[in-house]
Formats: sequence, structure tokens, C-alpha cells
Amino acid sequence: MTLLLLRAAHSATRQSSKSGSSNAGMAHIRRAKLADKTITVILSTIAALFVVLLALITVYLLYKGARAATPDLLSFTGFGVGIQLFNTVYLVFLSLLVTVPIGICAGIFLAEYAGKGPIIAVVRTCIETLSSLPSIIVGLFGFLVLIQLTHSKWNLLAGALALAILNVPLIARTTEDALRSVDRSYYDGSIGLGATRWQTTVRILLRASVPRIITGIILAAGRGFGEAAVLIYTAGMNSAVNFNNWDPTSITSPLNILRPADTLAVHIWALKTEGIMANANQIADLSAAVLVVLVLVFSLSARWLGNRFDKKMSGGK
Amino acid sequence: MESKLRKLKTEYLGRTIVTVFGISIIVLTLAILAFLGYKGGATFLTHGHSLASFLFSSKWDPAQAGQVGTVGSAVFIVGTLEVAALALLIAAPFSLAVAIVISDLAPRVGRRFLRPVIEVFVGIPSVVYGWLGLTVLVPLVARIFHLPFGFSVLSAGLVLAVMIFPTITSVAADALQATPPESKEASYALGSTRWQMIRRVALRYGRTGILTGIVLGLARACGEALAVAMVIGQSNSFAHGLLSPTNTITAVITSSMGNTVNGSEYNDALWSLAFLLLLISLVFIVVIRFIGRQREDS
Amino acid sequence: MKKLIASVLCLALLATILAGCGSSNTGANANAGTGSTSSVSGSIAMDGSSALLPLAQTAATQFQAKNPDCAITANGGGSGTGLNDVLAGTVDIGNSDVYAAEKLTAADAAKLVDHKVALIGVATIVNADVAAAVKSLSSDQLKSIFSGQTKNWSVVGGPNEAITIINRPTSSGTRSLFQKWALGGQKSVEGATSLQTDDSKALLTTVGATKGAIGYVALSYLVQPSAQIGTVGIDGVDATYANIYNNTYQVWGYEHMYTKGQPKANVQAFLDYMSSADMASTIESSGYGVIASLNAAAAASR
Repeated sequence: MTLLLLRAAHSATRQSSKSGSSNAGMAHIRRAKLADKTITVILSTIAALFVVLLALITVYLLYKGARAATPDLLSFTGFGVGIQLFNTVYLVFLSLLVTVPIGICAGIFLAEYAGKGPIIAVVRTCIETLSSLPSIIVGLFGFLVLIQLTHSKWNLLAGALALAILNVPLIARTTEDALRSVDRSYYDGSIGLGATRWQTTVRILLRASVPRIITGIILAAGRGFGEAAVLIYTAGMNSAVNFNNWDPTSITSPLNILRPADTLAVHIWALKTEGIMANANQIADLSAAVLVVLVLVFSLSARWLGNRFDKKMSGGK
Repeated sequence: MESKLRKLKTEYLGRTIVTVFGISIIVLTLAILAFLGYKGGATFLTHGHSLASFLFSSKWDPAQAGQVGTVGSAVFIVGTLEVAALALLIAAPFSLAVAIVISDLAPRVGRRFLRPVIEVFVGIPSVVYGWLGLTVLVPLVARIFHLPFGFSVLSAGLVLAVMIFPTITSVAADALQATPPESKEASYALGSTRWQMIRRVALRYGRTGILTGIVLGLARACGEALAVAMVIGQSNSFAHGLLSPTNTITAVITSSMGNTVNGSEYNDALWSLAFLLLLISLVFIVVIRFIGRQREDS
Repeated sequence: MKKLIASVLCLALLATILAGCGSSNTGANANAGTGSTSSVSGSIAMDGSSALLPLAQTAATQFQAKNPDCAITANGGGSGTGLNDVLAGTVDIGNSDVYAAEKLTAADAAKLVDHKVALIGVATIVNADVAAAVKSLSSDQLKSIFSGQTKNWSVVGGPNEAITIINRPTSSGTRSLFQKWALGGQKSVEGATSLQTDDSKALLTTVGATKGAIGYVALSYLVQPSAQIGTVGIDGVDATYANIYNNTYQVWGYEHMYTKGQPKANVQAFLDYMSSADMASTIESSGYGVIASLNAAAAASR
């Protein structure tokens, strides 16, 4: 759907530039066109500069990682980062399983059912403030509630839940924004056809908002991939995992959600702050490169899924 | 009767579920607020420091085991404000420019290339940014400005700007893309150039979303700790300019939270700082929202 | 297709949750059983001091290799975290660079049992530029530098460079050791010439990258040689374990593993392993000191 809108906008642009040239002559039109060109050049240059900067950082990280890579370090045993890679994916997956439904529900509540009074402004401000908490505070809060009060030790589940505290506000906010920006005629049309508010929200508005919600999810997952301070206190800083043991009841099984687990970001943090092995920096560099690739793959595939969904919706069924 | 039952399924059930989740977020927020308020209040209630000595003094030397020290946090408060403001000043214009490119100037490139690239940067851990800052940016700043060291407000602002850039850009681009095509076409039909359309239609339509992006970015700037801690220098003195070192609230919290024990004056003072940080972000958010609403009215 | 994927995922999750519950039960049983069996099993959790963490992790790996039924997790977090958590009962062992009484109230400190497992020496380090000219400082010169009175290296025989002090946070165990034994209790000056880093590795990098910088780290961080920094002796005595053992170098402290009351059987087995002859070579090669090697005078000095 978005694609269609963009195409429409694009063709409109072309038409306008053609029709504009025939009207030329008045000074202010010329000025406006000059401004248009100048701004286009300036903005494109800025975008290009930033992309170059970001690309430089990526290439630098990948290069350092590639230089450090050995088959041994890439393996799933001993000093290899395979364990951390698995932990990262598993933990973020668990966390999204909690975050996405809660975040979307809360977003629906904010957009459709919370009304327009001062209460919603307070709630929204609360949520934004919550997302500005330093991770270490969320980590310590999570530690107190999820570890100390439950008398458990660091585990994946606690890490996933603590991460959810950080990310639910983000997804709730993006969902709310997305729902609000859906054209009101969709809503009126659906209500006019006899659908209830709930049906309209879920079947019409929510579907039209999928691409923006996916952006929210990607950002949330990204924060999960890169988060260290929250997980240090809740999921722990190391893991003893046996990849031949797929019995989820065993403490050394990779599938057990009540085992301690360090993610790539935590691993990097630990290596960069207290690792004293000879190759600590190399392992950290490699972990950073693996993490960059992981985030890139995740972001691309999430967007691809979103687009497919989008096309299916706008293609009509 | 039957229609009521139907409505129960088609409306009330869903509404109840989302309301419960919506309320649960409020409860969670209040729980954390209460938790921070309770922990942070101890500096004043248990250890007997005055609010003024906490906010306006720069004598920071809290005690660890049972003794009495000083908890003046003015340096950290000013430092946090400086760094977050600088990061926002650097990142917001760039983010907006890139968002416009993604949404209107080059949507294809934006969708296929710019977005994925930008999103990667949310997932890079703070500690990696911190190390890049420490090993690349800080020496560079020192060389360019002929300083003994490059730890400074400027370095911290730059690192933070790179870190909050993806958040602001993604959210702002989404907001701009959500401009209804009819409005855009109407603008073009009236003879607008592309820039006029962007300025008068897309930017106005997307204002709320852009503000959300800026608020989220600012929030992250205020709360970011590990990367800032590595490049700010953490010197317990006010900055004399962009090129001098200082300290921030988050840096002092992360550097000492793990080294102090519950109930000590030091630990409680750190919790007070955490609570204060929350209040500072709250003020920022309210101000930005207020500005947004003023514009809307005019 | 989508439904299939969704249901498979749900099943997988359900299975994991059930399994997780099951495993926590077996864990409890295993703990209950340790008293009666002779082999070491069950789980041991520790956290705290980041200076002790590398050693604790190495020891945990080696111990686990010998006792495959015992799952040990070692976390960092800082000495305060270790003391907090062992008091709260969240971990079995709380690691600390300092005596519990320096951080906790007397009543809380009395609940903990101290197990000294190693020594840690702290060395003064300087940027390579300075290290070329300055090999040792007198303790008066050191005090004068850290009090902010001496501002240029030329005063103490070094190059004409401004002195930048790189500290650890005031709550850090390394800083309190350095302040107590190298500076005679005098506090470091605060201000624009005195920077601070959260952790020792960032401090190493900072000193290495800043001309005229001076700082201090635990000897365990100096096992890997670096060309950007150099160590400086105090009063002509180098910071080595040989000098600590014979009581000539004073800037060192004990690394502590605290338990709440007397340790459980498996925890005791691990603590015994920490002080075994097996560990002694690991301790020294990792940059820590062996307590048994201290001579009588050195041991009596603390």
C-alpha cells in the first residue's frame, strides 16, 4: 500500500515539474524552483554524508572482525562466539514474544480507547519518560523484581522480561502513532458498514499500520541486540551450554529458558572492560562484526516480511 | 440478547484486553517511579541532606560505610543537560534531512538501502560506540584542536548524536511517509514545487511523529551511559566550553552503582541521581510537547 | 503455512517453559542432596569484583572440568554488588576487592565469612612518553602529583608535558587501595586535569592515548605488555609480586570471597580448590599473587 502511495506521489512530482516549466516567468516561481533545487541538493548531500559515515563505521567494524576471525572463534564451543550468537537470537526472540503483543495492545488502547482528555497526555508522557530510563536502572529494577523477589538466579527469561520493560513503551508509542495516522475515511467506512470499533481497529487500522509497527519492532529488536546493562543484571554474564544436549530440562541445554546466558553485546562489554586474555580484544571485535551482520540480516528480513504482508493487503483478497 | 452476546465477542472482549494491557503499562511506569522515588528519597530522609545541597553544590564526595559525606551533584546535572542538548542540536537537523530524502526525495533508495543501513545502527551496543569514540574520535579531537586530550563535551555530543540519529530518522521518516497522498497531490496541483509541498504539507502533517522521534532520541541521549562515560572524561568540574571535560548523571551512576552497597550514603545518592534524571527527561518531554502544541494552534 | 509456523513456535515455547519449571525442581533436589553425597554437584553462583572476575572465571572453568555435575556461574558487577547479593542470598559467593567492613555496616559485615583467595598488586602507570624518562617516583612526588601541586612532568625529571591524572571512580576498590597505600590516605585532586574511567581496561587505553597521563591499575591488567604505557616504581621499588612477597612494595590488597555464614559443601569444595596448589600457578600467570608466598613481615603488615 505504501508503495502505491509513494508511486502516486512520485508521478505527481514529475507532472508538477513539467507543468511548472510552462508557467515560468514570474519571479517568485523561479525563486521557488531555485529553492527547490537547492534544498534537494543540500538534503541529498547531507543524507549521502551520513550514509558514508555510517558505512565507514560498519566497514571498520566488519574489517576488524574479519581480521580477528578464526574457525575456532566462530565455533559453538569453548571460546567461540556461537554460544553468544545463539543466546542473542533466543533472548531477543523471547523478549519480542512478550513485548510485541503487550506493546501493540497498549498502543491500541492509547489510540482508540483512552479518550482525549488530560489522562492520555499523562500516560503518554509517562511512557516516554519510561523509555528514557538509563538501562542500568531498568537492569537493577529487573534484578530486584525478577531475580531477588523470585529467589532465582540470572536467567534468560528474566533478561527477556527486563528487556520488555525497556521496549514495550517504544512499541506502544509507534503503534499508537501508526494507528492515528491511518486515514480517517478507512475508519468511517468500516464503521458505516456496521463493524464495531474493535473490529475496525484490528481488521482495518492495524493492518494498514503494519509497516510502521514493523519499524517499531525492528528498533526494539535492535535495542535488544545491542543492550548490555539491562542483561548483565538479569541474564548474567556467562553461560555453560552443551550443544549436544537438546533436552530442555537440563541446565546446560541451549533451549532451557531458566539458564544464565550472555548475549553478544554483554560478551563484548565483559571483554572490553575486564577480559584479560591475550585475544580479548580480537574476540570482542569479532563479536561486534557478528552482531552487525545479525542486525542487518534481521532488519532486512523483517522489512521483507512487512513488505510482503503489505503487498498482500493492498493487492486485495 | 443475541446481538449483545455478539457484541461481547466483537467489541467488549478486545476492548477489555487492550485496556488491561494499557493500564498495566501505567502500573509498570508508576511502579518504577515509586521504586526510584523511594530509593532516591533516602538521601534526604535517611541521610538528612538538603535538596539545595544536592542540586546546587558541586562537592561530590559521598561516604560508603556509615559515615557522612557530601552529595553535591550540580556538575553532573549541568553536564547531562549540555551533552544531551548538543547531541540533539547535531542529530535533529541531519535526521530530518535524511528522513525527507527517504520519504520524498528518493523513496526507492530510502526503502531499499537507507533504512536497513540506518536500522543496523540501533543494534550496535553502546560499548562499541564508546570504544570507537575512545580510540578514534577522542584522539582526533585532541589533534584537531591541539589539546592534551580529547575527552570533552564535544566528543560526547558527537558520539551521542550518532547514537540517537537512527531513532529520530526512522520515526520521522515514518511520520513523513504517512502524509496522505491526496494532500500531496493537492499541493502539487496548486503549483507547489516539491520543497514547497514538503515544507507546507508533509512537514506539517508529520509534525507529531517527528516530535515523537525527537523525544525518543532525547530520551535515549539522557539515558545513555556506557558510551558517554568513555568519552566525557568524567572530571568532577564544570565544563569551560565545548572542549573541556565534565561528567554526566548516567556516567556517575554506572561507574559507581556496582561498587557501592544498598543503604550506604553513596548508593542512595546514586539512586537520587537516577530519580532526578527521570524528572529531567520528564521536563524535556513536556517542554517539547508544549512547543509542538503551540505551533499546532498558530 | 503461517498457522503451522505459529503453532510450532507456541508448542516449542510451551515445552521450554514446562521444561524450565522441571529443571528448577531438579536443581532444588540436587542442592538438597549435596550434603549426603561425596562428589560435588549442584550449582554455585558468584558475582562482584571485576578485578577478581577473570581469575574466578578461570577457576570456575577448571573446577567444572573436574566436577562435571557442578554448574558454576561467575558474574562481575563490582564489589558492592557482590556484597549486596551475598547478603541477600542471591549468590553463594560475593567477590570483593576490599574488606566487607569498608562498605557494609558493622552488623551486616558480621553476617559474612571472609575467604581470602589471592593478592592483588596495584601499579602506577604512565603514558609511554613519560615512561621513557621517569622510571620511579618517590612517594612525596606521587602525593604531590595526585594532590595537583605538581602540574608538569619536567618538575620530576620527565618531559615538558602537563600532567593529566586518570582516576577510577571514588567507589572503586583499586582506587581505595592506591589511595591508602600509595598516597598515604590523601585524596586525589578533582578538576579539569583529573579524569576518570569506569573500568581498568578503559583506563589503560586512556593513559596510552593521552600524553602526560598517569593512572593506576591492578597487575592482572598488565600481564599483556603494551607499548603505549609504562609502569613506574615507587621509591625505586617496582610493582612486582616478588617485591610484594618480600614486603618492599606496599600497594597491594587481598581479594576476598565472602559467604553468608559457613559455606555449603559444594561451595567449600570450590573455595578449597581456589587455595589449592593446583591453582597457585594459574593465580600467578593471571597476574595475581599467592597468599602463601607472603613472608612473615608482609603478612603481618595487613
